Amino acid sequence: MTDNGSGPAILVEGLTKSFGEVHALRGIDLSVPQGTVLGVLGPNGAGKTTAVRILTTLLLPDGGRALVEGRDVVREAAAVRRLIGLSGQSAAIQEELTGRENLDMIGRLYHLRKADARTRAVELLDQFGLTDAADRPAKTFSGGMQRRLDLAASLVGRPRVLFLDEPTTGLDPRSRLGMWDTIRSLVATGTTILLTTQYLDEADELADEIVVIDHGQVIAAGTAEELKSRVGGDVLEFAVPDRTRCADGVAAIAKVGEGEPHFDDETGVISVGVGGRGSDALIEAVRELDNAGVHTQGLALRRPSLDDVFLALTGHAAEDETSGKPKRGRRQGKKDQAKQDAKVSS
Amino acid sequence: MTTAEITAPAPGPVSDEPSLLTRARWAISDTLIITKRGLLVWMRVPAYIVFTVIQPVMFVLLFRYVFGGAIPVSTPGGYVNFLMPGIIAQTAAFACFGTAIALAQELQKGVIDRLRSMPMARSAVLSGRLVADSLRMLVTILIIVAVGYAVGFRFLNGFGPAVAMIALATLFGIAFCVIAAFTGLAIGDEESVQAFGLIWLFPLTFVSSAFVPISSMPGWLQAFAYHQPVTQVVDAMRALALGGPQYPLEPSLWQSFAWLAGIFIVFIPLAVRAYRRAS
Repeated sequence: MTDNGSGPAILVEGLTKSFGEVHALRGIDLSVPQGTVLGVLGPNGAGKTTAVRILTTLLLPDGGRALVEGRDVVREAAAVRRLIGLSGQSAAIQEELTGRENLDMIGRLYHLRKADARTRAVELLDQFGLTDAADRPAKTFSGGMQRRLDLAASLVGRPRVLFLDEPTTGLDPRSRLGMWDTIRSLVATGTTILLTTQYLDEADELADEIVVIDHGQVIAAGTAEELKSRVGGDVLEFAVPDRTRCADGVAAIAKVGEGEPHFDDETGVISVGVGGRGSDALIEAVRELDNAGVHTQGLALRRPSLDDVFLALTGHAAEDETSGKPKRGRRQGKKDQAKQDAKVSS
Repeated sequence: MTTAEITAPAPGPVSDEPSLLTRARWAISDTLIITKRGLLVWMRVPAYIVFTVIQPVMFVLLFRYVFGGAIPVSTPGGYVNFLMPGIIAQTAAFACFGTAIALAQELQKGVIDRLRSMPMARSAVLSGRLVADSLRMLVTILIIVAVGYAVGFRFLNGFGPAVAMIALATLFGIAFCVIAAFTGLAIGDEESVQAFGLIWLFPLTFVSSAFVPISSMPGWLQAFAYHQPVTQVVDAMRALALGGPQYPLEPSLWQSFAWLAGIFIVFIPLAVRAYRRAS
């Protein structure tokens, strides 16, 4: 019973949870093999945090079941707590205490001996590049340092399964890349990780498997590549600087694409799925556009991004339900893409 | 930042449920760790010390020298002897602001989530918080007693009853901290908790026998003032501190105990439930 063998590290079946009228989870299924990273992707309010709170024994489900390393999160909650680590959306650290004191206290609460708790704190401070700041109150830390300390705290008990609930929300881009490095190095040690995120590129970067959650349901699952192929192969994309010629551009490219070309009014970018025809489609597109006399910028073939996937699956961009927080949604991503393309335009 | 080598988690086998004895030992050690944390935070934040110590000292000086002259009492030793048990009870009651605010902050920051997801004793977060806040309160009370002595207050009933008065004040403060723990966890927002604290604490402490004789209030207010815990506790504390026929211990002492028991019976389960469901 104590040995989970080769079963999944996390198994979720038909999990439901409602808060009054709000159905946060409408029956989700997950299976995370040992030592892999599952990315749970979805906009704010999709049910990601509710799922994490149930899996970390903080919240009781209404229906279905969830096992962590073969232990039921409801009936064997105490056992589950000995197996998991949790790092939430904010830095759950005591700001008045130093980095060392924070980790030391967590170690003692894991019932490590005094000396062991101290050693573990030193180890983790070193691993997370916090040794120099170890004896300063945590409130003097930068946002990125606080999140690293928080992540370190979640590792004090050497968890087999780590839950990271939006680990980079609110971090500046540099701290975010640093956090990605840290998470990658954790993966290398064989820890199973469930990571929630509303950043599409984050799931792409870190996760072995991705499930997309929307309105409390899993709407898609697979590797990043599999999800991208759901959009239907490669995407041909270009901008037309002369806005009066956009319609001609769309008409010209319609013969090449497999579906209807998509024209973004705001950026002047035209895109169309070309399936698996890749470079043939590219050559054809150049010819058609040349024949029509439409001048283009940044004509390129690209693999679909998870942004495209989210749009294809849900019919709305990932940022639609969110508010206020800075995040890189589909539209923003497209603008960046357009800018990059503009730089290399012919 | 260096992320080069992060040691393997080296997961050990999951032991089965620890024995009852082990769990009891953990409950105590976990409580002590949370207590230590609470006291460290208190000592690191000057604003907390100002709020908990300086504010009651200002109340002593205000009532002793500004309002006191206008409040006629027939207490042996004058108004300062009437006042001090009241101030001490108020200090004990106001200590619960710290409890409610700290818990609401920890809830907001996710500290409570982290602790609840760990294999520590479930009771320790609340009990450790209460032990730390009680110790903090006791220190504050002793400081107020010392300040009282400096401005003319004297215990008139001997050493034992004086100690009993401080013990009763502390027990009373703990009862209010339990109420505050519930409100802090149930409301979960620092500002709202603070505002709500004022709404229930101000009437209870000021419409009581703490600062003025109840007989000086209008009749309808007297009814409230007599039938609430602060008056009973302050009357019992005054009897313990001053003694004599003017301040009999009964019935205020047993009424105090009845009130305190009632508060514990109602609010401990509520606070525990709020902690379990905290989100």
